[in-house]
Amino acid sequence: MSTPSTGSRGLGARLYRGLSSVPMWAFALVWLLPSLGLFVNSFRTRDGQRGSGFWRTVPDQFTIENYQTVFEANTVNSLGVSLLNSLAISIPATIIPISIAAFAAYGFAWIDFKGRKWLFIITVSILAIPLQVALIPLLKMYVGGAHLTLPFIGKTLTFIPAWGINGTSTAVWLTHTGFAMPFAIFLLHNYISSLPKDIFESARIDGADHFTIFWRLVLPLSIPVLAAFAIFQFLWTWNDFLIALTMIGSANPDALPTTVAIANLAGDFGRNEHLLPAGAFVQAFVPLVVFFALQRYFVRGLLAGSIKG
Amino acid sequence: MAQVALDNVNKIYPNGFHAIHDLSLEVDDGEFLVLVGPSGCGKSTALRMVAGLEDISGGELRIDDRVVNDVHPKDRDIAMVFQNYALYPHMSVADNIGFALKLAKIPKAEIAERVAKAAQTLDLTEQLDRKPGQLSGGQRQRVAMGRAIVRQPKAFLMDEPLSNLDAKLRVQMRAEIAGLQRDLGVTTLYVTHDQVEAMTMGDRVAVLKRGYLQQVDSPQNLYESPDNVFVAGFIGSPSMNLMNCRLIEHGSGLAVDLDGSLLALPDDTLGRNSALRAFVDKDVVAGIRPEDIEDASIASDAPSDRRIRTSTTLVESLGSEVIVHFPMTVSPFQIMDAEFEGEDAVAPATDDSGNYIYTGRLNPRSTARIGNEIELAVDTSRMHFFNPQDGLALRD
Repeated sequence: MSTPSTGSRGLGARLYRGLSSVPMWAFALVWLLPSLGLFVNSFRTRDGQRGSGFWRTVPDQFTIENYQTVFEANTVNSLGVSLLNSLAISIPATIIPISIAAFAAYGFAWIDFKGRKWLFIITVSILAIPLQVALIPLLKMYVGGAHLTLPFIGKTLTFIPAWGINGTSTAVWLTHTGFAMPFAIFLLHNYISSLPKDIFESARIDGADHFTIFWRLVLPLSIPVLAAFAIFQFLWTWNDFLIALTMIGSANPDALPTTVAIANLAGDFGRNEHLLPAGAFVQAFVPLVVFFALQRYFVRGLLAGSIKG
Repeated sequence: MAQVALDNVNKIYPNGFHAIHDLSLEVDDGEFLVLVGPSGCGKSTALRMVAGLEDISGGELRIDDRVVNDVHPKDRDIAMVFQNYALYPHMSVADNIGFALKLAKIPKAEIAERVAKAAQTLDLTEQLDRKPGQLSGGQRQRVAMGRAIVRQPKAFLMDEPLSNLDAKLRVQMRAEIAGLQRDLGVTTLYVTHDQVEAMTMGDRVAVLKRGYLQQVDSPQNLYESPDNVFVAGFIGSPSMNLMNCRLIEHGSGLAVDLDGSLLALPDDTLGRNSALRAFVDKDVVAGIRPEDIEDASIASDAPSDRRIRTSTTLVESLGSEVIVHFPMTVSPFQIMDAEFEGEDAVAPATDDSGNYIYTGRLNPRSTARIGNEIELAVDTSRMHFFNPQDGLALRD
């Protein structure tokens, strides 16, 4: 049953809802435009790309030649191998920091030990150290190890041996792992420390030790934040260029991840610049898959029914 | 089944706050003991010390004559029910109930059997596969109980388990928990701020205030003979009228002088309570329970020297009884506590002309109306007397 007044209110509400989404669509379009242009260009020939803007594309000019070229295995720049290299970097660089940081965050949040507060402050303040200043020292350490020669007695202590891991994906994910740690601990700590205390106390009385509490309660309840961090960390490591270039660079072209490989695609003087859009979309495909695979874990109301709040 | 004993237990927090002072309590095997007191009295802290969630700063805690001060919670063989249930939200009801058994490495078949039995006792069989989020408040409360009973522990500890339920459900669960405890015969320590819960559920009730134990006794004894003004005012609803007055000689017996109006005491008062003799012509605190006040038109045989003439400022008719609020010039006794004076200083209720307000609980046939004159009869044989200096009851 609808009276005139509710009818007009319904219309007003519908109109308002419709209008309020217009700016959002406009923003979305503006933000998508560069990607759209890139996507269209990735299907155009070199001459097509150079001759006109993507909005002038005629459908019959479309070609998948660029995608074929970037996957051709005749050069070191084949994206097929580099995608595997990227995975060999991103997967450990995502899983290892999460594993360590989850333990650390639980410890900081729920285990009482001396100096906990200061240790946490120090850990988080490492966030302020820019990655770039550490690049060269780290590279030197990977190549030659870390040693200290004691003055006067001339004795040299070796803290880290000369691994010589420069030019391998290990050097890259190790660096990512280290630099991800402060933020991971910070983020997970915020979430884990907000879990209701009563649950843990109840578990302690039920006979659980810290390890059991961590595995049976904290991990299952932290899935949303773990998924969120995993997505961020995976995207960041997958799209990283600087660390990969520094740690692998020209030392071992076979180990280069996709980002560096794509940059190399352009060739001398940007000769093969037209391949870049296609390369970019190949590169962007994996993060999209990861995002859609993990986004279902962003479940709200995971704590529903636990405590009356 | 076990006996839980606290022996001069103290709790001092690292910031110096002394939450529990020399608390000595014994919960007998199978007994339901209720710890009751206003918020901040240390009752939850005491319970958490028994559970092992708080350290004990001094004194001894024994379960079955074994000192457990430094024993890990899980090794004390106790089960606790939390105020907000503290269910594991990602586990089904069955897993919630069986969690402790699983951790104790009890065989799966036995866990299933014991969980099913607990669920049956608590009428949760239909809910076993659900998650806590899909349950109603009462059902969650039952799951929390189920987690406790399935372990067959030495003692139950319950921390205000009913305070999150609505009034009707609370009354129902009150009876259920008390019944369950009686059936299982498990020693239970129950914390609440609600004196009605304490009175209806407990075999014995311990009243705490500011970390000091005031009195431990059966509900009836607490009500009949409170040890001090605090217990007198805390137990009973509406609470006891406590008046600063003077004990005087009156004819052959005694009377209290309520700022001009006299209330004669029965002739045998001194015979029953010789402690009053020392307070003749001195200030005392007189306590009159609202239920010992009656509309004089109903209690028409009450002698005229046991009546108060006043008016009503408020009449609350509850059907089964009528609560009247009436003004008197005599001032109410204020519970003073040097250490916490600031917090406790709640001004007593007064009417427009500065008279203090007291309450009476009348027969529903009373014709009392707001603002009308009324004559109230007081059953002076049931009056309580306290020393105004230390607040202790005056009795032999």
